[in-house]
Amino acid sequence: MVTINWYLALSAVLFSIGIIGVLVRKNAIVIFMSVELMLNAVNLSLIAFSAQLGDSTGQVLVFFSLCVAAAEAVVGLAIIIAIFRNNLMVDISEINLLRW
Amino acid sequence: MADYLFILLATIATGAAFGLVTSKSAVTSALFLVMNMISLAGVYLLLDAQYLAVIQVLVYAGAIMILFLFVIMLLNQENEEGLFEKVSFKYLFSALASFVVFAQLIYMILNYTGTELPLALNSQEIGTVESLGTAIYTDYLLPFEVTGILLTAAVVGALIIANRKVNTK
Repeated sequence: MVTINWYLALSAVLFSIGIIGVLVRKNAIVIFMSVELMLNAVNLSLIAFSAQLGDSTGQVLVFFSLCVAAAEAVVGLAIIIAIFRNNLMVDISEINLLRW
Repeated sequence: MADYLFILLATIATGAAFGLVTSKSAVTSALFLVMNMISLAGVYLLLDAQYLAVIQVLVYAGAIMILFLFVIMLLNQENEEGLFEKVSFKYLFSALASFVVFAQLIYMILNYTGTELPLALNSQEIGTVESLGTAIYTDYLLPFEVTGILLTAAVVGALIIANRKVNTK
């Protein structure tokens, strides 16, 4: 019997894999995709709680988080393009303007 | 039946997430992420969230991933060499950090002692377009309008940022 715990465990697994991706990869686009993976994992746990409690609030929250994810993807990719136009690479270990 | 479907979809989602993190080419990573999102849409269907499952495929796997692939093709990156080839401090630290977060989440889930209901009785009614639309246009009308402003600001901001030269050297 698959209960809500299994959905939450899947969400935890996906979130942890996303953390590995963010910390290990150097390509800024792949890091960005790992962040999207983590956002998706959190959405899954929200929907699981919403389905168990029989309340649509969680699903409305996922709807808004989708909108924020879309806005975030657009702005983030624009920043990546702006960096690429000047440096011809998006390797984040080379970009250290804000590092002290 | 639903149990086997969940196990299948969860395996696909986890495998695709691993593929996303470990593949050297950015295009392969993006396609793995599409696979992950489509299998997650299947999991949403198992949870009776029909509207969000459709939106997940349309918006995430469709629109956002097309944007990602477009940027990848535009930048024409080379493959990331030397990934996971030798053990370094960075890999060990990332594995440790990820494991700590995972252990915390799993500890929290395993310590749950309440009743374990599979789904609420009215779960098939709350995931429909009708029910979500009623909630969004009555209780959450103000956040919904603010979302419109947010998306407009994101589009204008993206145009301005992508037009400007950023010198990081």
